[in-house]
Formats: sequence, structure tokens, C-alpha cells
Amino acid sequence: MSASGDRRAAVLALFLAAMLSAIPISAGEIPLALRRSGYDFMSRETRAMQDDDSVNPAMLWVKDGEALWNARAGSADRACSDCHGDARQSMKGVAARYPAYDPAKRRPVNLAQRINICRSERQHAPALAYESANLLALAAYLGLQSRGLPIAVAIDERTRPFLEAGREIFNRRQGQLNLSCAQCHDEHWDKKLAGNPITQADPGGYPLYRLEWQGLGSLERRLRNCLSGTRTQAYAYGSPEFVDLELFLMWRWRGMKVETPAVRP
Amino acid sequence: MARALITVPASARHGEIIEIKAIVGHPMEPGFRRTQLGTLIPRDIVTQFACTYNGVEVFSADLYPAISANPYLAFFTVATESGTLVFNWIGDNGFSVTESAAIAVT
Amino acid sequence: MKERRRPANSRRRFLLAAGGVAAVLAFEPADATVAEMSDAMRKVVGGAPVAKGRVTLELPPLVDNGNTVALTVRVDSPMTARDHVKTIHVFTEKNPQPNVATFRLGPRAGRASVATRIRLADTQTVVALCEMSDGTFCSGSADVVVTLAACLEEL
Repeated sequence: MSASGDRRAAVLALFLAAMLSAIPISAGEIPLALRRSGYDFMSRETRAMQDDDSVNPAMLWVKDGEALWNARAGSADRACSDCHGDARQSMKGVAARYPAYDPAKRRPVNLAQRINICRSERQHAPALAYESANLLALAAYLGLQSRGLPIAVAIDERTRPFLEAGREIFNRRQGQLNLSCAQCHDEHWDKKLAGNPITQADPGGYPLYRLEWQGLGSLERRLRNCLSGTRTQAYAYGSPEFVDLELFLMWRWRGMKVETPAVRP
Repeated sequence: MARALITVPASARHGEIIEIKAIVGHPMEPGFRRTQLGTLIPRDIVTQFACTYNGVEVFSADLYPAISANPYLAFFTVATESGTLVFNWIGDNGFSVTESAAIAVT
Repeated sequence: MKERRRPANSRRRFLLAAGGVAAVLAFEPADATVAEMSDAMRKVVGGAPVAKGRVTLELPPLVDNGNTVALTVRVDSPMTARDHVKTIHVFTEKNPQPNVATFRLGPRAGRASVATRIRLADTQTVVALCEMSDGTFCSGSADVVVTLAACLEEL
């Protein structure tokens, strides 16, 4: 990003610092009825990209994901479809329930991790790297099977501690700017930051095509961008902190619709 | 990533003006960007696109670094006869992708 | 072709709003100039006159992200064998290079309308220059305000 990136980053830090000084004392989660998808904050042109699969570049990855679903992999020489059949039926609503509790791991796993568990245990294939084209493609293809369905992560006695851990991270002030996620996305979602809408940190469209990335990326990649923007040491991909935060974000977005593969600026 | 996405109506009436949409997977590295260490990232873009309809070119384009990643083009053509539309993209470093779509004209 | 007016303090322009929280930022381009765009257009038209009009360039007035800006160019033409659009060239005045794309069409297009997505490095004017089958030229333009994304990724 070089000089212009540094300059932009400096300007961003300035605005974040200005915002920090204007933080109201009142806090609190967004009432369910006031939640708005990031889609609502976008321009007509960007919404049009998400609305029509024939112009949504994310469909390049989805098309690959469909091929991967049906392709044999690993020493088991088995395709996803050999166990799960037609994803359009068997995977309907599945992505809307992730992160989900994995008894073997004794903690929630996100969809990308679930795909890799299947790969190692069922297909005897090497795990796909986080943010790799193939992992994003499979996750996008699975996400598409839940598009339009309400998000419904299962919160019970097993997952509640992880939900609370995620909530704590969301509300924790951290990084050089000493900001929490909540300070922007619960308290200032109706305002702008450096000309861009702040939005409500909606997790329902991932993996999504971000114009900034000029490609598809996961929720964790987006969270890492946010963390670097607030000068916070980012968590590693697949870390418990990220999955807990993802679980909290999905719970916070309960009942809202899956938009995968969404488009965002 | 899939090579390309093509949208062509499967059928059309003779003489009907149809819209064609084409997206090709490509990063369109413009050749102006530098890494954080200051090294110039070399240009790697799609430079040309052409669409033929039963062998006759009906639309073509020259593309420059200002075209967004995963280049999208939408254009129109008159449905003249049943047959095949062939789409070809050519770019730096030997990039070449060809896709086709059938159309039935009644 | 019209010359763009530039504010004297164009080194860096901040349009601040809403108590400093909201802002539209525009930085000076790396190296392109309006003169370079004029040169690129002159290469196409030679000395021929360029008529304003007949060409409609659709771009959002305010874009979400300069990496991907929806562009549609339409030319008022019957698109017949005798009277049609041959080429449409798109230029920008402040990108690193003035050329964006050249589209070649003909009577078989039926409709002189092309859409694509482009990159815009800055708030600027985009110009579409069209060559008709009779060798005449016409043009249309659009002004676009480019804002920057908030939380950027390090390369």
C-alpha cells in the first residue's frame, strides 16, 4: 500500500481518535428491530452487484465450490457429495447454524473449520489453508445454500461460555486506540468514518466479495482489517478468540438473513 | 477460482436484441502498485476480449489497468440464428481463456 | 474537451462534516494529468472535431470504493448498417493512465450500450469518446466523487 496507504492509515487513526473523544457514556446492544444489514448502507450500484448472481463476481468462487463439492479428494478418494449428496438439499440452512459445537473439540467450530474436519477425518485429505481459494469456494458454496434463511446459532449450556467470551471480546477496549468493537458498531453504526458508513458489523454475508479486496474473503479477514484499523494485534485465523467472536456476532445477528455470497465496499 | 461466468439467454426470437454478460476471474494487477518494501508489482492484466457469434465477431474490447479485478463486461447483440457464442480473453503472461454458450433462435 | 477547475489547495482536500466523524477525502493523483487525457483522446480523433452529446456515461456520483465503479455508456444511434457506433473509448483524467477501455461494436450489436466496472484513483471526470460509422466523433462525460475505505488491509 506504500506511501498513500500510510497516509490513509494516519488519517484514519486521526478520525478514530476524534471519535473516541466523542464517545457517549451510554452503551448497549442494538435493539433487534433496529438491526440493519450492511447491504442497506451500500450504494445502489453495489447492491445491484449482490442482487444479481450474473453480475456478482463472488459467483466465480461459488462455481468452483460446487465443483469441489463433487470432486473426490484425499486418500479416502471420497467427495463431499459421496456422504452428503446434493448440497442444495443436504446443506440447506447449515451455514446459518455456524459456528456450531463440535463434541470432539469441546468447543464451537466455524464453517471453514468444519470443512477441514471433514477433509481430515472423512476424506483423509490435507486441510485447506485459511483464506485459500478452495476453502473460500467451498464455504461460499455452502453459504449460498442458506441464502435468505434466518441465522440461528445454537446457544445452550455447551456453547454459552464461548458466546460470553465472544461478547467480552466485542466489548473489550483494546489496541493502541483503546477501542472496542461495540464503540463503533453498537454505538455509532448510524455515523460515518472517513466518509464510509460504520455499519452494524453484520456477519451474515460471508464469505463475501469486498470491493476493497477485489476478491472473496472470510469474516475473519474482515475482522483482522478492523483490528489493524484500531491498531490492535490481530488474532490468528482459526484462533479460539475469533471463533468465539464469530459465534457472538452470529448470535447478535440471530433471525437476520444469510446473504452469502454478499458484496460489500 | 472459476475461469469465467457467462450469461446468455438460452433462447431468443429472431431479431431480438439480447444482453450478454461476461465475468472472467483475473486479479488485474495494474503495474503501478508497490509492496511495503517498495518493490514494484509487475503488471498482469487482461488486455483483450472478443465475442464471436457463429464465428463472426460481434463485440470486442481492449482493456487497460483501470478495469477492475475480475473484469465484467455487458453488451448487446441481435439474435440472428441458432448457434454458439464464443468468448475469448487474452492477457499478460500468456493468459488465455475461452468459454462458449449455445443459443436457440426461433 | 473541458478543462477541470482545481482548487488552489488541491494538495489534500478534506470536506469535513458531522463533527469531524464523517469526511470525504480526496488525495492528489500519483502522476496522471488532464493534459495526458487530452493527448490520449487526440491520438484517437486526430484533428477531427468532437461533438458534445449523443453519448451518455452513467457512473454513480458518489462511489463506495474506487476499486470497483459501475460504468455504463450508451450512445444514441439506430445501430443500422448505414449508421452505427464503431468504437467507444473511455478515458479518465486522474488515474495513473488515461486509457480505461476501448469497445468495438457494429450493427449486429442492435443497441449501443456497454457496461463494465472500472477503477478510479481519485475524484475526477470520466470521458467516453465515440466514433460513428460516418467517421464523426462525439463524447459525453461524468463527474465522480471517490471516497476511501476506512479500515485498509496491508499488502
